[in-house]
Amino acid sequence: MKRKFWKSGVFVLLALMMVLAGCGKNDNAASTTTNADSAKTDDSGSSSGTSSGGEIKVGILHSLSGTMAISEVSVKDSEMMAIDEINAKGGVMGKKIVPVVEDGASDWPTFAEKARKLISEDKVATVFGGWTSSSRKAMLPVFEELNGLLWYPVQYEGLEQSPNIMYTGATTNQQIVPAVSWLLENKGKKFFLLGSDYVFPRTANKIIKEQLKVEGGQLTGEEYTPLGHTDYTTIISKIKEAKPDVVFNTLNGDSNVAFFKQLKDAGISSKDLTTLSVSVAEEEIRGIGADVLAGTFAAWNYYETTDTPANKTFVENYKKKYGEDRVTADPIEAGYDAVYLWAAAVEKAGSTEVDKVKDAAKELEWDAPEGKVKIDGETQHLYKTVRIGEVQTDGQFKEVWNSGSPVKPDPFLKGYDWAKSLSEGK
Amino acid sequence: MPIRKLSAQRLWLLAAYVAAAAVLFCAPLVLSDFRLNLLAKFLAYAIVALGLDLIWGYTGILSLGHGVFFGLGGYAMAMYLKMQASGGKLPDFMDWSGLTKLPWFWKPFEFLPFAIAAGILLPAILALILGYFTFRNRIRGVYFTILTQALVIITTTLFIGQQAYTGGTNGLTGYSKLFGYSLGSPETKRWLYWVTVAALIGAYLLCRVLVKSRFGKVLRAIRDGENRVRFIGYNPAIYQMVAFAFSAALAGLAGMLFVLHVGIISPSMMGIVPSIEMVLWVAIGGRGTLVGAVLGAVLLNYAKSTFSESYPNIWIVFMGALFVVVVVFLPKGAAGLFGQLKRLRRRRASNEGADGVRYPAV
Repeated sequence: MKRKFWKSGVFVLLALMMVLAGCGKNDNAASTTTNADSAKTDDSGSSSGTSSGGEIKVGILHSLSGTMAISEVSVKDSEMMAIDEINAKGGVMGKKIVPVVEDGASDWPTFAEKARKLISEDKVATVFGGWTSSSRKAMLPVFEELNGLLWYPVQYEGLEQSPNIMYTGATTNQQIVPAVSWLLENKGKKFFLLGSDYVFPRTANKIIKEQLKVEGGQLTGEEYTPLGHTDYTTIISKIKEAKPDVVFNTLNGDSNVAFFKQLKDAGISSKDLTTLSVSVAEEEIRGIGADVLAGTFAAWNYYETTDTPANKTFVENYKKKYGEDRVTADPIEAGYDAVYLWAAAVEKAGSTEVDKVKDAAKELEWDAPEGKVKIDGETQHLYKTVRIGEVQTDGQFKEVWNSGSPVKPDPFLKGYDWAKSLSEGK
Repeated sequence: MPIRKLSAQRLWLLAAYVAAAAVLFCAPLVLSDFRLNLLAKFLAYAIVALGLDLIWGYTGILSLGHGVFFGLGGYAMAMYLKMQASGGKLPDFMDWSGLTKLPWFWKPFEFLPFAIAAGILLPAILALILGYFTFRNRIRGVYFTILTQALVIITTTLFIGQQAYTGGTNGLTGYSKLFGYSLGSPETKRWLYWVTVAALIGAYLLCRVLVKSRFGKVLRAIRDGENRVRFIGYNPAIYQMVAFAFSAALAGLAGMLFVLHVGIISPSMMGIVPSIEMVLWVAIGGRGTLVGAVLGAVLLNYAKSTFSESYPNIWIVFMGALFVVVVVFLPKGAAGLFGQLKRLRRRRASNEGADGVRYPAV
């Protein structure tokens, strides 16, 4: 017994030494070796990007494993494509962009850990990443503490404005609010709200409820299901009973598959009931099946079918690089925009320093695949055109309405009197 | 404990432990702020692993619900930090969830001593309640394990559903200060690291004393033959409840430290996956040895960070391979390696049979 303890004591010591030595070695490697690994895009331990001569390191932080991987990998792909394209044209300020890829693993504390690693160990100039609001909220304090810069590419629930985040996805007044107005005008007054149980649907529905009160809509029901929920028979019965004109769907991920299939099985077609989703894009249609979704609506800022010259080349290049069966979608495009906008801001600033890039990014314009976008200097969100689309049998969207010109981002809905109670916080 | 003569071996052992502690205390000299922060997180995990080992390795109760206790501790600290960050105003998420007044149960968390006490006592009390209804009714083995899983699901659903009171899926994040010191500054981080090291050493010593005491002997007796213990005249339920509550309190303590290092707590941290991961640390490190539990937690998490940094696309495969290798070749975990080597040598010498202790799986 005694001998065993003795041995285990030595073992502890050895193991601890190993851990510390390992950590120490990593640090040294990060600060002394130059470019040994930088050719490999998926490797992390190389020189400090901002200071070394010919390259600039940027972080890419998405979930490559776990439940969110299915969505986030495509965004990573488009960001990598943008980086390759910029590098092919000579890079930024004559320097090559070197991506450092990390896996957020669909786990919010991991996002915080990896963000910290990218900024303080790899010394990246900026980070492109995140998808869920939770991952953004987890990374936010890290970016603010270390004064990093995060480009967040997904539509979200608004009510946030960090000086260290650039939001290239839509906020509520560029997606949800106009969608509700459009539905009230064209499809009916009786709304049923259905969403996954997390912060985006709950906040979105709070906003919708306020809006319905003012614009003469009527709420017939509000239901939440846990993420990943797949049994919608009781909820479909409730919908049948409530007889709404419109189901406003903020379900996320797999739940959409179950909900729409079961809705169809219950004999409710898109002609009987209008559904508008805010988290179903081309990628999800591919998973759910175009036949099930045909005739339903979605609100986004970009569709693969959006008719701009920039989009033609974007879609072409994306398919050429990743396969003909791949589709582009709103967040994929927003991630692509983010890289180009950052590169443009760096060129303009003549530096990769966060504060200078942020200054240069103010009011910066770019011809994105979705049309002209502009960074709003005050909120660090993008001016974006709102588009409502109807799913066609080929899995693509047909645009049925758009806002005409890019809409000014208003994350706290200050421009809407009815939203006062929501935005008082800040 | 009776005073024993310090043999050479015990001296060596003592020296090794002192050296290990010294290495831990001196780590800030070697490591960068980021790595130190990571190590601090791993050491917090090691505290949970100690608690789990106490009930699983020593008492034979497998809990797949320690994420809840960890999370409760984390939330208690997070509530205090959130109140500090809000500076007298309503925390931001309550505001956008439609609350106009601070809920009554948030109010006492303004005070750090209350938050700390709650972070340790709440998990312990919850564990006592669960233990009271299960152990007294002689529910054990798989059935107990399933109940702990149910506890996880109930708690996470509750926390996600009550967005206005708990921050929902996002959890609580965005802290700035701890007793007026900025949480982001390297000095604060270094102090927090030392606090964590001290907490781990304290927890280790406490567990060590507990395991060596008569109480620990009864725990092992319960593991090896609960009915016999009962026939001898002990009431196993009391021992199980106390051990379970103590283990939960350690998890709560670890949760509090975790929040200080990582800056976020969310229901995903108390879910089923992290709860099972915690058990894995103990299994891989070596159940039934306290050192093994600590090593398992630190080494596995270190491996996870390193693999995922070097191979972000396929690191999960490496982790899986590591689990398989350990389970197949080292059934007693990393700490069992020495015992195994020793036995191998002895067997080679005298062809003697195995002398290991049996650990029931559940």
